[in-house]
Amino acid sequence: MSNVNTFRAGPDERGHFGPYGGRYVAETLMPLILAVERAYGEAKADPAFRAEMDHYLTHYVGRPSPLYFAERLTEHLGGAKVYFKRDELNHTGAHKINNCLGQVMLARRMGKKRIIAETGAGQHGVATATIAALFGMPCQVYMGATDVERQKPNVFRMRLLGAEVVPVTSGAGTLKDAMNDALRAWVAQVEDTFYCIGTVAGPHPYPAMVRDFQAVIGEEVREQIMAAEGRLPDTLVACIGGGSNAMGLFYPFLDEPSVAMTAVEAAGHGIETGQHAASLTGGRLGVLHGNATYLLQDDDGQILEAHSISAGLDYPGIGPEHSWLHDRKRVSYVSATDTEALEAFQLCARLEGILPALEPSHALAQVRKMAPSLPRDHLLVMNMCGRGDKDVFTVAAALGMDI
Amino acid sequence: MSQGRIARRFAALAREGRTGLVTFISAGDPDLARCADILAGLPAAGADVIELGMPFSDPMADGPAVQAAGLRALKAGQTMAKTLGLVRDFRTRDGDTPIVLMGYFNPILQYGPERFCRDAAAAGVDGLIIVDLPPEEAEPLATPAAEQGIDLIRLVAPTTPDWRMPKVLEGASGFVYAVSITGVTGTALAVEEQVAALVARIRRHTDLPVAVGFGINTPAQAAGIARIGDGVVVGSAIVRRVEQAIGPDGTVAPDVARRVAGFVAELAAGVRSAERAPVS
Repeated sequence: MSNVNTFRAGPDERGHFGPYGGRYVAETLMPLILAVERAYGEAKADPAFRAEMDHYLTHYVGRPSPLYFAERLTEHLGGAKVYFKRDELNHTGAHKINNCLGQVMLARRMGKKRIIAETGAGQHGVATATIAALFGMPCQVYMGATDVERQKPNVFRMRLLGAEVVPVTSGAGTLKDAMNDALRAWVAQVEDTFYCIGTVAGPHPYPAMVRDFQAVIGEEVREQIMAAEGRLPDTLVACIGGGSNAMGLFYPFLDEPSVAMTAVEAAGHGIETGQHAASLTGGRLGVLHGNATYLLQDDDGQILEAHSISAGLDYPGIGPEHSWLHDRKRVSYVSATDTEALEAFQLCARLEGILPALEPSHALAQVRKMAPSLPRDHLLVMNMCGRGDKDVFTVAAALGMDI
Repeated sequence: MSQGRIARRFAALAREGRTGLVTFISAGDPDLARCADILAGLPAAGADVIELGMPFSDPMADGPAVQAAGLRALKAGQTMAKTLGLVRDFRTRDGDTPIVLMGYFNPILQYGPERFCRDAAAAGVDGLIIVDLPPEEAEPLATPAAEQGIDLIRLVAPTTPDWRMPKVLEGASGFVYAVSITGVTGTALAVEEQVAALVARIRRHTDLPVAVGFGINTPAQAAGIARIGDGVVVGSAIVRRVEQAIGPDGTVAPDVARRVAGFVAELAAGVRSAERAPVS
């Protein structure tokens, strides 16, 4: 990161984005993580790897996903011209599969025999199980017991895809605990197993590797908006838990000074209540799950449970590159509450005929806040990173409806 | 630099021609007062070195027994300040038994590595084992620890290749911790042939004593490993004795310290039964 004129040079050779990132793992894992880094570097430089990935992205995932002008929403908000990047139209219904494809292909290239993954809402678990099935590899998904209970359809999907879902009872039985147990499982079978991490977090090279696999989102947006409008967008908006869909959208634009970026954390019941998942807004620098980053924690360094109505944002940390972009003020980090996300969810359903996942509903809540005061020629692109079918039970419960 | 308690203890063990028993308990488990009792009883029961766990909410290198011990302690209100207080109290009665704090980096980072090392040294801490701090990231702690004369104990795993040994052992002091299994604490049994191979690989790169841990549960097993290493670490099996002393309603048996000491004495007998050639 010696070149101060670029935001795209990170991480450094030790995996650091300024004070964030790095490799904070047990020695048992270190040699393997170094091997993943080496193998990823080779794969990245191999045109055959890229070509095979492009093949599956086109014919299996369904890329490129459309860039859609949300005309009725734009009219309703009365300001900026709002586009949706339709990553919810990917196979399995979210952006997660872009990354799983890359990692499982890498695992196969490294000669690994099985895949493990953690999952919160189950979207990353389903995407991993899908690609593992595609390549005929056994797959174990670690999922908090609480999440297993509240995300039953995704648990069933993973099992149908041939994956073994391992309920995690330690801690509060949510995403953070699932990641702990996935790491523990990895330590125990390190020689033949590849750990497919679902977001831009974890030890180096995962944050950079997952970002690279997700950057297809922003690369497509650049081409598509040039075709539609003949110029770059003015503002990008994405929701952020660990932050992979936001990194994927933002990364290709980081060095375009005219493009503003806003990432939306989950404010849960409200930042002031302490029940939220907004690591940048309510956390501070710490070390967890292999990287240094902003974390929700108490004064003694114990990690706190996050809260969000969206299980996919329900994590007390954030990818280290986001922490760095936050400090450098390249991206503006804001938050939206459960209530605001629910309102945006319903608005989008009625105005656009799209049920957004609760995760991008947070991004949409921010679009509602900012679009009205922007001029009509302001181009705003929001990442619709997942579809809301998985969330209908949660939304019904929150709205007091019986289905 | 004058020798620390760890070096003195291993030198004494070498003179006696025996292997040391290293016992792990979690600070504040089952609560602060009873943990102090358990701690006080360890040296007389046969512990040569004491590892004291610093509880952490997300102990990703630990198996169920040590996870549960840490959570019991946190639930009872354990903090880093109280953990250092335990050591300080212990030192008023025992000036010789080395104490090594074991845990994860985040609580130290929040305390402030320099302030932590200062307070730990003042309390009588001799070494640190930070499981998620590989040598590549260790500098922010290694420097203040060295300044305070605290040994930052390095871990070597079965997966550590020979080419990486110099990196792992660079600047190592106190002893080297050989992780005997590829797994988290207390979840698999160490296999003597594999441990012997790992220890032999380590000895090619360092003259420091080697303590073997992870996956040693019984006195008989400890005796077997004692023929290979300079120290044998037992953790999960000991904290399980604490767990067993807690009734279904959460009440702790009044003799919990005696029960733990009894088991440690069995382990010590096992370790001391191992035949080793005295080092001249």
